[in-house]
Amino acid sequence: MERNNGSNTDEQAAAAGTDASQAPAGESSEWHQIMQAPAYKELVKGKRKFVITVVAFSLVFFMIMTVLSTFTTVLNGQAVGSMTWGVVYGSAHFAVALILSCVYVYRANKWDRLAEEVRQETSEKRMGT
Amino acid sequence: MSVEPATIVIFIAIIALTLGITAWASRRNKDTNQHYAAGGTISGWQNALAVVADLISAATFLGVLGLVALNGIFGFYLLGATMIAFLCVLLLVVEPLRNLGKFTIADALMSRFNVKGVRVLMAVNTVIITIFYMITQLVGAGVIIGLLLGLDYALAVIVIGVLMGIYVMAGGMLATTWIQIVKSVIILGAILAMLMFMLARFSFNPLTLFDEVTAQVGSDMFTTPLGTTIGGLDTMSTYVAQIIGTAALPHIWIRFFTVPNAKEARTSIVGAIWILGLVFLAITLLGYGAAVLVGQDVITNADAGGNLAALQLAELLGGPILLAVIAAAVFGAILSTVSGLVITASGALAHDLYNHTIRNGEASEQEQMRAARLVPVVISAIAILLAFGAQGFNLALLTLLAATIAASVNIPVLLLTLSWKGFNASGAIIGMLTGLVASLGLVLVGPSVMGENALSPLANPALVSVPVAFLGCYLGTLLGKSRAQEERKQGVEIPYEKIQVRLNTGIGDIEKEPKKEAVS
Repeated sequence: MERNNGSNTDEQAAAAGTDASQAPAGESSEWHQIMQAPAYKELVKGKRKFVITVVAFSLVFFMIMTVLSTFTTVLNGQAVGSMTWGVVYGSAHFAVALILSCVYVYRANKWDRLAEEVRQETSEKRMGT
Repeated sequence: MSVEPATIVIFIAIIALTLGITAWASRRNKDTNQHYAAGGTISGWQNALAVVADLISAATFLGVLGLVALNGIFGFYLLGATMIAFLCVLLLVVEPLRNLGKFTIADALMSRFNVKGVRVLMAVNTVIITIFYMITQLVGAGVIIGLLLGLDYALAVIVIGVLMGIYVMAGGMLATTWIQIVKSVIILGAILAMLMFMLARFSFNPLTLFDEVTAQVGSDMFTTPLGTTIGGLDTMSTYVAQIIGTAALPHIWIRFFTVPNAKEARTSIVGAIWILGLVFLAITLLGYGAAVLVGQDVITNADAGGNLAALQLAELLGGPILLAVIAAAVFGAILSTVSGLVITASGALAHDLYNHTIRNGEASEQEQMRAARLVPVVISAIAILLAFGAQGFNLALLTLLAATIAASVNIPVLLLTLSWKGFNASGAIIGMLTGLVASLGLVLVGPSVMGENALSPLANPALVSVPVAFLGCYLGTLLGKSRAQEERKQGVEIPYEKIQVRLNTGIGDIEKEPKKEAVS
């Protein structure tokens, strides 16, 4: 499968008739075509970048809290009245989760449209054959 | 705390309501799709409330509130960790899982590997995790209901165990979901009412509350002690167990199969994050409030683990009526959480082990339904027996231990299945075994079981057991490399790229898709 996927993707996709001649590989050539679709590439690339960045950020943010609160006393200092920096940092976890989840939904709506585009293309091709 | 007539009335009302929901759901509960996934008819926000119900068990509400009341900010950090855990679930797990799975987590793994061993191990793990969690719930329920209604511990456990069996046997996932939604609404209302009563005593200013805590209890309620290296690592491991363990709870994962599509699954977890954020902040403030108003001595006198602090605070703030309302919310929380666990365990037993393993996936719909109805009864009976043997632990600690096993078994295998092209069935099997053995073993030789003579210093071994499980996955993958090549050639394992297409777009069930299009 992998050896010919570089050379023949575009031409084959354009000439829908040749799909039928490749009947035995039908199912797998279908998802190879999906993978080559610009909408799919954009979806995967954008999603991966966003997810890795946000997960890395939130885990680092969390790990810093665990280290600071167990091995140092910097969070024990008072911020406002009796409220320590620990309370502030703890509350910041809530802010991070709430804000980033909303940013994700905003971005994911765009990916939904791309995924829908890919689905449409796929089902049109299926109806055609 | 004396038994109030109001409490008894509310308890009976809740039992009647939940049985009513079950009766309504049982009329629709005709096939396996209905039974395990509520037919995919639950909306995102309904599911959000159900997820909240799964998480705010009696252990979380009573245990964490007591933890904050006795230990201060440590409990608050744990709740913060839970928020981050949910964010990571949203980003990494929810949509791929929804797009790959059908009824159970094993379904999702099998959509790539198609090797029986993977299904069996994931199912067994799910059963172990949920039964363990179920025991913690039942033990807590027995103690609390015993106190509230003056019932014997054994009788209380039997009542809850029988009820959870009935809900799931007759009403399946639909009944479970609606019981959870109702419970969420009750407990949200109860917590908010209690918060208002409590804040009224501090002129509605949390800072005044904090000042009072510092003045009356001590400033160490807002600080963490500088521990030894081992002590520090253990605390860190507790936080890590909390974050990965919460992210890996199987009864929360299977909730994503009850919504119609990935977008609704996403809505449900974002909704859950918002509701949980509010509830957790309220629980923290209530915990501090209990420390000031009830007093730590009074709390530990009633229960050393602080599990009754919430009820003591309710009685002090609003008298017998508020106590009855909070008690009812706790009762609802217990019922809904255990039924969520029973449906999860019965999916793993009846769907994965009976239908797909023993019967090779060839059991008729009728036979499957019979198994689906019999298994919850068996599970409830086993859970009741086990709960008799395990009284007198701190609920939150037991929950954390269940979470450690979930973290080590579920997270490495699922993440690698979703994201590592070279991963194979042997890697999944060995990884799951390693995770299970490592977490069980380290808990057994740790301080929570062996006390001072413990071989391992960490009470929460997640910091060690999760990386070990990842290592197991890696080594298993290397060992099974040639076998995996064979399986790929034969088409047993579905190509990684195809899985990627499916989890990113929802395209996958090649036979299903055109039908759907043709109808619409």
